[in-house]
Amino acid sequence: MDIVTPLVIGIMLGGLYGLVALGLSLIFGVMKLINLAHGDLVILSSYIAYALLAYLGIDPVLGLVISIPFMFVLGFVIQRYLLGKGFAISSETPLIIAFGISLVLQNLNQILWTPLSRGLNTSYSAMSFFIGERQFPLSYLLDFMAGIVVTLALRTFLTRTYMGRAITAASQDGRVAQLMGINTNRVYGYAFAIAMGSAAIAGVFLGMTFPFTPTSGISFLTIAFGTVIIGGLGSMVGTFFGGVILGVFQTLGGCLFGPASQMLIVYVLVFLILAIRPRGLFGR
Amino acid sequence: MPISARDNDTVLRITDVDVFHGTFQALWNVSLEVRRGEMLALIGANTAGKTTLLDAISGVLHPARGTIEFEGKDIGGLDPYQIVELGITQVPEGRRVFPDMTVLDNLLVGSYAAGARRKRAESLAIVYDLFPNLSERKKQVAKTLSGGEQQMLAIGRGLMAHPKLMLIDEMSLGLAPIVVDEIFKVLGKIRERGITVLFVEQNVNRTLKEADRAYILETGRVVLHGAAADLRENAKVKKAYFGIDECEAT
Repeated sequence: MDIVTPLVIGIMLGGLYGLVALGLSLIFGVMKLINLAHGDLVILSSYIAYALLAYLGIDPVLGLVISIPFMFVLGFVIQRYLLGKGFAISSETPLIIAFGISLVLQNLNQILWTPLSRGLNTSYSAMSFFIGERQFPLSYLLDFMAGIVVTLALRTFLTRTYMGRAITAASQDGRVAQLMGINTNRVYGYAFAIAMGSAAIAGVFLGMTFPFTPTSGISFLTIAFGTVIIGGLGSMVGTFFGGVILGVFQTLGGCLFGPASQMLIVYVLVFLILAIRPRGLFGR
Repeated sequence: MPISARDNDTVLRITDVDVFHGTFQALWNVSLEVRRGEMLALIGANTAGKTTLLDAISGVLHPARGTIEFEGKDIGGLDPYQIVELGITQVPEGRRVFPDMTVLDNLLVGSYAAGARRKRAESLAIVYDLFPNLSERKKQVAKTLSGGEQQMLAIGRGLMAHPKLMLIDEMSLGLAPIVVDEIFKVLGKIRERGITVLFVEQNVNRTLKEADRAYILETGRVVLHGAAADLRENAKVKKAYFGIDECEAT
């Protein structure tokens, strides 16, 4: 049995999973909020890229010049005017608000784009490349590289800039961060905005790799969950590796047990990590 | 003009303040003034309201009644970050350094406020001068420091905000006496730089030797205040605090 092909595919797809999960991990780390709308926001970004491509002929990767700022501002607004108000009521309220955003986005996407499956088809997304005799889709390699670039960019931002350090500080001790002169509401706004900026990138590469429908967000939320559980919170690099591990287990699982139960081994892994090492493999 | 001269001396004036935690009233009609350049101590048992008072000054809690004025400006309704920008910084109880950040990053977070950011090189030099240990360990992750070093980092982080008034909560809690000596020595140096210090301490005997003045809180009320030297001789204080201190010391 060929084990190398699923391994390579798993690693590359894992880069995409890590990319999708970065925003979820960042928001959970800073605000202790499980953003149930994360998958749908990623898919919204896929649809934005689809609209730019289908109606204006803009390449999805170039379209990020438009969609990243759009998602950034949308993220800031969601935190400021929806979730932020929810936090003032109770710690559960934002969770319910996020669920509401998820339902609204799914239905909005349904109305705007119909339930039909769409994809971001470009000249290069269908190309392939070779490693030795083995052939792989080029889009998988792009996913992996995008995952690395965004992970390192976020890491650099979080450790090298004042706003990044403030986000890190607020995630480790929000109360003391306030005492250090950090306006935590503002920091939460930026953290959410940045998470949505990364979701915009994730949406584009997801759309070039897989077909998507208005409800695809749910399955990618599940994958992002698994990624964050495996990788552990608090580190962008940990999240990325969590994605890679999930990807490898998924493709090896598919190879061993058949494609229908490829996620089974992933869930067993997630379950084991929750039982044995709940902070994740790379978590603090 | 003796009256205005006295006004200028008062850097922080708290007048008839009530503070609640939810429905529980933690401070009752508290008045207190901090004079520029002094070292003022807050003394009292646990739950006397010392931390609550510091949090009210820092804007974490807002007074339900009464006023808090800093340099003549009412700050009772401001948020914590605005209060840091005005020049009040708090070193919280239990040190509370950011555990997974490096020593240097902890210090840099301390200089987050816009005014402090401009002076960050200068502040960093001052902190490293006061705490040479921190300079040697700047790349080290904060949670790997000893308790004493963490307290020094917490004070250093507070200094990075370029404060005029520094609030220090329970600074010697859980620290070895030799470390406490060192920290008191540093407080003296901080004060020489013209920074006013308001600190909370459990060790009453030591506190009344080091501080200029002190306020004593009991169940949310100020029961006594005055020059530290006078309080040391006060019969009530002797009975309430030194009696217990002597027992515990043996």
